[in-house]
Amino acid sequence: MLEIRDLHVKFHSRRREAVSGVSLSIADGEILGLVGESGSGKSVTAMSVAGLLPRKQCDYSGNILLDGADLLHADRSVLRKIQGREIGVVFQEPQSSLDPLMKVGKQVEECLYLHTDLTKAERRARALTAMTAVELPEPDVLYDKYPHELSGGMLQRAMIAAAAVTHPKLLLLDEPTTALDVTIQAQILELLKKLNREYGMSMLFISHNLNVVRKLSSRVAVMQTGVIVETGATEEVYANPQHPYTKKLVAAIPTRKKGNF
Amino acid sequence: MKYAVKKFLMLLLTMVAVSFLAFAAFQLVAGDPATNLLGTEATPEKVATLRHEMGLDRPFLIQYGSWLVGFVTGDLGESYSGGPVADLLAARLPVTLVLSLLTFALTVLLALPLGLRSVRYGSGVRSAVHTVVNQFLMALPPFFTGILLTWLFSISLQWFRHGAYPGFAVSVGGSLWYLLFPATAIAIPRIAQTVRMLRSTVLTEMDKDYVRTAIARGNDRPGVLYRHVLKNSLVPVVTFLAQTMAEIVAASIVVEQVFNLPGLGRLLLTSIGSRDYPTVQAIVVVLAFWVVLANTVADLVNRCIDPRLGGVRT
Amino acid sequence: MKTLKKAVLDHRNGCFLAGCIITGVLLALILLGAVWTPYDPTAMSGSEKLMGPSLAHLFGTDNFGRDIFSRVLKGAGVTALVAVGTVVIGAVCGTLIGALTGYFGGAVDELLMRFNDTITAFPSILLALVCVTVFGSGKYQVLLVLGIVFIPSFARIARTAFSSLRDANFVQSARLMGAKPARILFVHILPNTLHVLLPAVTIGFNNAVLAEASMSFLGLCGQPPDASLGALLSEAQGMLASAPWYALCSGGVIVGLIFGVGLIGEGLQGGKGERNA
Repeated sequence: MLEIRDLHVKFHSRRREAVSGVSLSIADGEILGLVGESGSGKSVTAMSVAGLLPRKQCDYSGNILLDGADLLHADRSVLRKIQGREIGVVFQEPQSSLDPLMKVGKQVEECLYLHTDLTKAERRARALTAMTAVELPEPDVLYDKYPHELSGGMLQRAMIAAAAVTHPKLLLLDEPTTALDVTIQAQILELLKKLNREYGMSMLFISHNLNVVRKLSSRVAVMQTGVIVETGATEEVYANPQHPYTKKLVAAIPTRKKGNF
Repeated sequence: MKYAVKKFLMLLLTMVAVSFLAFAAFQLVAGDPATNLLGTEATPEKVATLRHEMGLDRPFLIQYGSWLVGFVTGDLGESYSGGPVADLLAARLPVTLVLSLLTFALTVLLALPLGLRSVRYGSGVRSAVHTVVNQFLMALPPFFTGILLTWLFSISLQWFRHGAYPGFAVSVGGSLWYLLFPATAIAIPRIAQTVRMLRSTVLTEMDKDYVRTAIARGNDRPGVLYRHVLKNSLVPVVTFLAQTMAEIVAASIVVEQVFNLPGLGRLLLTSIGSRDYPTVQAIVVVLAFWVVLANTVADLVNRCIDPRLGGVRT
Repeated sequence: MKTLKKAVLDHRNGCFLAGCIITGVLLALILLGAVWTPYDPTAMSGSEKLMGPSLAHLFGTDNFGRDIFSRVLKGAGVTALVAVGTVVIGAVCGTLIGALTGYFGGAVDELLMRFNDTITAFPSILLALVCVTVFGSGKYQVLLVLGIVFIPSFARIARTAFSSLRDANFVQSARLMGAKPARILFVHILPNTLHVLLPAVTIGFNNAVLAEASMSFLGLCGQPPDASLGALLSEAQGMLASAPWYALCSGGVIVGLIFGVGLIGEGLQGGKGERNA
């Protein structure tokens, strides 16, 4: 469904490439975890897929194929039709990633407004359905609230609802749980797994936290300084890391040994 | 609603404070008005009698209190040049009011579209030219522009007759046409400043995360601007416009002089010249009220726009 | 060479450069005018009345035959003097007050800021007019009055800047090292506030020029021969039909002063990012 071939991205303001020859693929209904520390290029890769690369500020090459159509070099007008309809994005900081002066409900249905011909009432109904699906309490009340009136966890659910409301083929999540409490993190991950099961949405899940990625994704790719150093089925990679970097990452996971408490 | 009431009370309190300060200032440094009025005929007995007549021998706070009561009920005192101050002000107020509102309208109507268009200039040559032209326009003092406009449109082109302001009683259309020129003179630098401010605010907003989300949802550039960024840029701009209102009032004081307009500004200047303190005091308080009112309105408008500021809507 | 061209065209630097040039030229002329002018500004000449600009009289002559260029030079000097003095008083005192209240905070800070908010709402010229009624209208009085009127706005900017840096990491380190408050304020924090204070100084200068010119236009600042640009403009208004160049030149110099310093301020402030533009 999604294929990234030999992606290179270099920003004019930096000396080295952010992404140096990354190739990835995601099948229908699959969740791929992209792991790496800050500066590894994982966010830039995700932004490239989402069509959010600032084209004037970088040089880029390679291909990003969504069901065969190239996104990387596509015309902006073509890209806009895909953004929000075929690809949904969930960002890290829900509080700052949502328009502070627009009601939550309106933001959830914005993609419907932009990409479909549904009436206002139909849009509202679909939005409420989406908000229910992400397990938000009392969606019809929340619909009229503003972002600052919701907690971080609720906002992130709303963001997921907003991104998923058009049933996109791919959901991009850039560190969606990093800014949340650990207990909320677990809930969000469960929610994402449910969405993947029920709607068959593929996901590209980016994180620097191995534990989180492990809980969610079936396959994982490890990035370091712009290149992918290892890919494979999640459990395989954790059990038998091949690359020295992966080995270090896995070893750094705090484990709970018997008798330590 | 509760907030609006609270804000209005603050307004009144500020006005009292300002008028008290003005009153005190003039009392302290004005010299004895009775002596000034009597001039060469001042003898101690005459001065004492006049002071008693004018109520100047009462305790300070009583004098202020009585002035305040008078002000609220419409009696603004007696001008030293004869006649009630209230009448003087009432005759001049409409001109200044209309001039200020006209200037404000010009500013808002021109600055908003120009400012929004300038957002798209990026950082190339167009942006540089825009910045330089803008700075130049900001550097044009209203009274200078007024003189130039007079030379161009009155002396050369004869589109209006300088010094022949008809007044609303005589001709509404003619008066408005005449006022257009001073309004333009005052408005030009204000428009430039507002454009600059609007551009800066919008560009700052464009850097924020929610704009990235809006693009990720498939909004095109106008969509991002009008559906999201504009509303978020409004609050600082509204505050700025209130300040602009205050500056318009200040500029009109000088520009009225250039165009020979019978407004509050000219009255203020002549009263200062003739040391007519009751008039000066009343005008200062009226102008101050106008300024504080503008700020209060701006504050209330902002609370309607941005629910995070609390107050009016919740 | 290419990087130099790019640096200048980056409009921020271009503005700064252009502003410095314009202001520099004007400043040089003003300083020159302090010691020498082509003609005595007050010398009248019956035979040379109302002449347009020419090589002999760069800005022409007025209806008394006085050389306008010399008058403008002298006038610009007065305007610049008052404006600079105003800004020095306002910026120095205002920054001091703002730094102290911003850094130490407390009840005094709260009170002063409320007071400040009310005062800054009023246009400075209104306050200045009132003060001048009371104190007189010589150029030094106006300088002092305007300087005091400008203190609150500088104080607010300084206060915001200093209080935002009060708990910054480098400040805390300095405190831990035992630095005295005075040192912290002026050696550590102040340099980091210059990027907002210096543009404010340029804006303050321009407002001061405007205020001074307005007041001298109204006849409230200085008597001739101390007459500054505003007073010249006022005279010029009387001869608008016969000698329009008088108004154009005297007003033009005011515009030049403000424009030059404005460009410098624009250059100091820099452009905005365009990540999402």
